[in-house]
Amino acid sequence: MNFDFSDDQKFLQQTARDYLAEHSPLSACREILETDKPYADDLWKGAAEMGWQGAVIPEEYGGAGFGHLELAMIAEEVGRSLAPIPFASSVYFATEAILNAGSDEQKQKYLPALASGELIGTFALTEKAGQNSIENVEAQVSGGKISGVKFPVVDGDVANFAVVAAQGDGGVSLYLVDLEGQGVERETVKSFDPSRSMARLTFDGASADLLGEAGQGAALTSHLLDRAATLMAFEQLGTAQACFDITKEFTTGRYAFGRPIASFQAIKHRLADMWCEIELARSNAYYGAWALSNDEDELNVAACVARIQASEALEQISVEMVQMHGGVGYTWEYDCHLFYRRAKLLAAVLGTPAHWKDKLIDRIESASAD
Amino acid sequence: MDFNDTPEEAAFRAEARTWLDANAELLSPDESNANLLDERDDPDTIQSAKDWQKKKADSGWACLTWPTEYGGQGKTSIQSVIWNQEEARYKTPPNIYGIGLGMCGPTIMTHGTDEQRQRWLPEMLSGVKVWCQLFSEPSAGSDLAGLRSTAVPDGDDWIINGQKIWTTGAQFCDWGILVVRSDANVPKHSGLTYFVVDMHSPGIEIRPITQINGGQGFNEVFFTDVRIPDAQRLSEVGNGWAVAITTLMNERSSIGGGGGGGGIRDLIELARSVEVDGKPALEQSGVREKIATFYTRTKGLKLTGNRSLSALSQGKTPGPEASLGKLVGARLAQEMAAFAMELQGAAGALNDPDASPQAAEWQDRYLSIPGLRIAGGTDEILRNIISERVLGLPSEARADKGIAFRDIPSGPPSN
Repeated sequence: MNFDFSDDQKFLQQTARDYLAEHSPLSACREILETDKPYADDLWKGAAEMGWQGAVIPEEYGGAGFGHLELAMIAEEVGRSLAPIPFASSVYFATEAILNAGSDEQKQKYLPALASGELIGTFALTEKAGQNSIENVEAQVSGGKISGVKFPVVDGDVANFAVVAAQGDGGVSLYLVDLEGQGVERETVKSFDPSRSMARLTFDGASADLLGEAGQGAALTSHLLDRAATLMAFEQLGTAQACFDITKEFTTGRYAFGRPIASFQAIKHRLADMWCEIELARSNAYYGAWALSNDEDELNVAACVARIQASEALEQISVEMVQMHGGVGYTWEYDCHLFYRRAKLLAAVLGTPAHWKDKLIDRIESASAD
Repeated sequence: MDFNDTPEEAAFRAEARTWLDANAELLSPDESNANLLDERDDPDTIQSAKDWQKKKADSGWACLTWPTEYGGQGKTSIQSVIWNQEEARYKTPPNIYGIGLGMCGPTIMTHGTDEQRQRWLPEMLSGVKVWCQLFSEPSAGSDLAGLRSTAVPDGDDWIINGQKIWTTGAQFCDWGILVVRSDANVPKHSGLTYFVVDMHSPGIEIRPITQINGGQGFNEVFFTDVRIPDAQRLSEVGNGWAVAITTLMNERSSIGGGGGGGGIRDLIELARSVEVDGKPALEQSGVREKIATFYTRTKGLKLTGNRSLSALSQGKTPGPEASLGKLVGARLAQEMAAFAMELQGAAGALNDPDASPQAAEWQDRYLSIPGLRIAGGTDEILRNIISERVLGLPSEARADKGIAFRDIPSGPPSN
């Protein structure tokens, strides 16, 4: 039994943690949250120099040629530091989509620039409020031109291109769309967590380049979401751990009734429960990483349990973080709200836990029918 | 990262299987071995358990992790886990040795004299003598150090009076480990002494306790002027608490490992077979949501266990974090049983193996699980252990610190 990351992978994680501690303290996240700047561009460049954006991109395309286990370690640290960069959009979504479904030409065109951080990519699926299904997207492609609205799109205002799901060419398909070209209008929409930006994309005859097989958009998206959810689970895990560590430190240092509030069972028992939730989230995320890095069919279940537990643990812990800080936890000045916002944003953007639970039962059922 | 045995582990597993194939019968997929706490075992069952232990001991498959000088095999913890995994696949008598081999043996190894080790360990290992634990009392459960049974010296002996409770298997045991108060004039942890008692001594009376599920796995044990020779004292006089801690640490590592959470497959099967509004319950969103949550947590527990096994495999010692399995697992098992009964509608109110869905398995579980949340450290004690030993949080203020035991407030008598 070797259900653990290797020493080399943990070393890479420590390197990432040290780098982000220096270059992405919580004040960096706060700066993006409080200003009009959409993301930390210096940090984005620094991350690229560390090779993170290109972690799983093969060396022939200018990447570092690591595997998904290494990327998972980096994702956890990105989450821990609340790094205000479009990492998930560009790496877990755009890069994964092209690696999986791109033609050699598309790979040549996009991957080196994604690895170097010159290009930022994102994924545009959702069109309106509610739980949308891929089969019902309304955006249309005809004659290589796309029309329709995608809303909301994470990092849609800063990305150079998007992987877009649309009807056309024999059903729902995925397309690569240059967001800086003709026929694209983008509008920044106020984000629940302004350290991550959100946009409405309106397409009116923009050029759309088919990604993967025509009519395979639903299957490609489903697989892409599994991969992204697994990586996102590590990001959520890192965020949850940071939330927990800060709360533990605060409750140990804060005195009331003559003793540290962490000595009261009303606090310490909840901290114990929170720790259990993080450990379960960690175990399920590892399962996802194992399935992802080995290309196992089981990824369809592993991604669900990783996503569900990471989302629920993070939400619970971020809520407790504010509560256990008491009055100051509710102030703009303290950092609790950075986590409280990020937790909810990450749970919302990739399909909610309820959505993944429904998917999980479908998959268990179809596996048992085989 | 993988879930596979190392080549050495695989070789050891194959060796274990070879011996088990030759000496036991495989369980069929729908079979499981009886639980010790379910019923009062008859003498034949006890004898068959002794025969099985003897067979293992004779062939070198007993007490794998014990040092060879005490008859063990000097194997690693991961090898012991592999053996347990393999043995669990075969039809075997109830395990009546868990407390002895898992808790009493290691305590005697750590704190006993050479003479005591030679006297007790070989017969414990070969299964000739069965051991029980006499710690909890009616007024001292989670607060074990508040126990009241007394030991008074008398020549070369000690005279024991008082009552112990929740003693698993006392009715068929030969020896017991016993913590009693030898001095009530000092703070509670300082006045305890630890003994080994012959369960066949005059003055010991054993009465079964009937549990809410009707089982009788536990006992009350009454001591009236029971004589214990001083040679059976395992701690310094007044230092029994330190020795008890050794025993309890071993209890947690043996109980905490597994955790509940079983039965998710059964629950899914049940949700397929019962109907809600004319359709299989599993098609209803509320049901799907619940079952997916249970599935996610069940997986999380199993995988957390795999992480602990990986640590063992790397030669590390899993610490108090093993408490997670029992804390999360027992609650999960209770919630699953409650939900399964709810899925059955009015039939959830039955407890009839012939008439209830899935042979009333869920009703049985619902009645058994409360014990799991209490035995071997209540949920609340486990949260203390996690918060203090794993997370390093400060301990709760106590009203009994530094006070002589006799002066500690104890509230009105409970009966």
